[in-house]
Amino acid sequence: MLDPAFLLAGVLNGLLAGGIYVLVAVGLTLIYGVLHIINFAHGSLLMLAMYAVFWLWRLVGIDPYAALPLVIAGSFAFGFVLYRLLIGRYNHGRDENILLITLGLSIVFDNAALLFFGGNTQTIDVPYAGTFVELGAAFLPLPKIISFVASLILCAALALYMALSDTGKAIRAVAKERQGARLVGIDVETVFAVSYGIGIACLGAAACLLMPTYYVTPSSGHAFVLVAFTIVVLGGMGSFVGAAVGGLVIGVTESLGGLFLGEQLGQIGISLIFILILLLKPTGLFGSKA
Amino acid sequence: MSRAALLCAAGLAAALVYPLLVPNYLVNIGMLVFFTAFIGQSWNIAGGFAGQTSFGHVVFFGTGAYTSTILQVTYGWNPWLAWPAATAMGGFVGWMIAVLSFRAGLRGSYFALITLAFAEVFRILANSVPFTKGGLGMLIKADQRPINFQFKDPIWIYYLALLLCLVSVVIAWHLTRSRFGARLVAIRENEDAARALGIDVFAEKVKVLTLSGAMCAAGGTFYAQKYLYIDPSIAFGVDKSVEMLLVSMVGGAGTIFGPLIGSFTLMGINEATRWLASVVPALKNVQPLSLIVYGIMLILIVARLPNGLMGLFRRGPARA
Amino acid sequence: MLEVRDISKAFGGLKAVDHASLDVKQGEIVGLIGPNGAGKTTLFATIAGFHRPDAGTVAFDGKAITGLAPHRICAAGMVRTFQITQPFAGISVRENIMVGAYFRTADRHLAAREAETVAAMVGMDDQLDRRGADLTVAGRKRLELARALATGPRLLLLDEVMAGLNPTEIVEIVGVIKDIRAAGVTILLIEHVMQAVTSLAERVYVLNQGRMIAEGTPAAIAENPQVVEAYLGPGAAKVLRA
Repeated sequence: MLDPAFLLAGVLNGLLAGGIYVLVAVGLTLIYGVLHIINFAHGSLLMLAMYAVFWLWRLVGIDPYAALPLVIAGSFAFGFVLYRLLIGRYNHGRDENILLITLGLSIVFDNAALLFFGGNTQTIDVPYAGTFVELGAAFLPLPKIISFVASLILCAALALYMALSDTGKAIRAVAKERQGARLVGIDVETVFAVSYGIGIACLGAAACLLMPTYYVTPSSGHAFVLVAFTIVVLGGMGSFVGAAVGGLVIGVTESLGGLFLGEQLGQIGISLIFILILLLKPTGLFGSKA
Repeated sequence: MSRAALLCAAGLAAALVYPLLVPNYLVNIGMLVFFTAFIGQSWNIAGGFAGQTSFGHVVFFGTGAYTSTILQVTYGWNPWLAWPAATAMGGFVGWMIAVLSFRAGLRGSYFALITLAFAEVFRILANSVPFTKGGLGMLIKADQRPINFQFKDPIWIYYLALLLCLVSVVIAWHLTRSRFGARLVAIRENEDAARALGIDVFAEKVKVLTLSGAMCAAGGTFYAQKYLYIDPSIAFGVDKSVEMLLVSMVGGAGTIFGPLIGSFTLMGINEATRWLASVVPALKNVQPLSLIVYGIMLILIVARLPNGLMGLFRRGPARA
Repeated sequence: MLEVRDISKAFGGLKAVDHASLDVKQGEIVGLIGPNGAGKTTLFATIAGFHRPDAGTVAFDGKAITGLAPHRICAAGMVRTFQITQPFAGISVRENIMVGAYFRTADRHLAAREAETVAAMVGMDDQLDRRGADLTVAGRKRLELARALATGPRLLLLDEVMAGLNPTEIVEIVGVIKDIRAAGVTILLIEHVMQAVTSLAERVYVLNQGRMIAEGTPAAIAENPQVVEAYLGPGAAKVLRA
């Protein structure tokens, strides 16, 4: 049997990874909850943001954590414009259409990254990467802890913003009843674009938090997209709390899967959870409707 | 009608003569065009005609490729005998995924995503279980005799691809003229209305995915026999899924010749970017460049040309 | 022909239909009316197999069909149309109707001929090659009717085929419905507008807040104070009578 301390380390590592997944999933679930579209380009946009963080460090020497405000703002602008120019125009009719358009976007982004950045795996060597924190029997990398805490703080800040600000209220109104929101004079199209922008800004933040301990390649997006969808489906499409719980659950699942089943087979847990949730309880744990 | 028939006959004649006139390199490209059109058509039957968009069609392709290869390499079957077995296995996987997904009431994007997840599960399994030799992949022993489904002269594999493509076109043509096809289109256009008109929507969707899975698996065996090697990321990777979807969408989803036209177009783009890369040294990475063009085309087609390139030629029912 | 007994159907906590019963006899045209949100469409959908009832039974020709799938009910000879028309938008009117006709034959030529016959019956024979998406509201309503008719039903459930039509179009479609009945098809129709029903139906049921509150000839129903109140609000009957 496995040493319980080993197990604990696995759980803790999974939780730390899951904390960042939460941020990725919150972006996806926000976009779904408000716009009712499935943003298949989510992983690829995360990959682009990770490259942005990488190049900011490589070319300008900005520390990934210090890049947070810049990358968040840039990601928001990118998402806003992308919505206005492309996605928003076709956000009508069959839902598969928007899925196909965002699939097209992800193909373009992935291959543009490959064309311009090459296929090499890129990492950032932050000076504190080798610092470990001892927690019980587990040694946890300091940047992972920083990122975990930062991710949860950012999620909480976003939740507060959604609850208290005028924009947040408008977004929630549109999410609940878009016709009604239109009638009371809310500019629904702008709210959509802002929501999409915020969803992508979450990815920008996640990219900053991931890069100190993670790597990026043009295919990174593909690795994240199924994880993000699994979290969101597990938690319930459109649910914030669901995304938070789902992110942590999936982080731990992935970590323990790797521990018990090995590097290769360990990845199967995520896909299986995704399939089982869709087959058995498509509303997820916290979702209200299919 | 007779004009269309004439056009088809002329096209077929050209396709038959073509490999006799061009160097092997171009024969191979022709083979790829027809092969891609064939697996594209397998996607099109489910995704185009019946509207069941799949993001993981490669699950059938890989099932076919692995089934025949394992039967051949591990159990010593003749590949010609393994082929129908692989086809049947693809049909079975299609049936299974359809029953599970449609029983659960999955539609639209959710169905697309669950097929992607199934493909991922199969990929990981192929990477991990012993009888597929894991990530090493499987080699088929080269022995270039027709009895082994291996050909010395590329012209024969070209004709085989052409034959597959022809069969798939006939199947699609039959769909446009049969009750089964009409019901699939009704399901695509409006599932509730289809149900009200007495269509057993579940049964029809299961049927079409079984058929589509079987066809795609047949393509998998063909691929394995042509290249004599498969591994989990070739057999179950997302690239082939996207390729099948792309050729159908670009050519015209739900049309008889859509996948063939799409396959021609994509091969044309491939060759054009290859040429561009040879004259512009900065663009030495060809593959991503053509994929970027594909991605843009997919976006444009979904946004502007729902009938794909076929929509440019075909006069459909009058539009307002 | 159709016997609906004590059907109940709730969504969440909301009782859409509450112990509703009705009967349709062979050859009748029966109306089902009620104010908006009375549960008419839910009752229809439950009868036609689109919802499984929480309680109650539906029998067609003396055989229980409660909870059967729509295609089984269609096979028994009963078919519904939709209030919000659901054309197959991307294909022609002919192909639309053929989908219905294929219910009785697998032969393409027979189905096409049947589609043309039915189209003529509902007055769409000049629009056979138009796309479903390009039809006017009146055209869509007729297409709903035609497709359902092409399956060869003995009982048609029509959900607000007249809503959204102008007076001329209503007169036309009333004529079509009368022809369909004359051809031997029994009809149960939902209408929100009472006048439309009075010119067609021999008997009328009134549904309000999920309950059946009255049944009778159109003339009797129009006099029924409960019905008037359901439509116009409590006390309205007294005011009108005064």
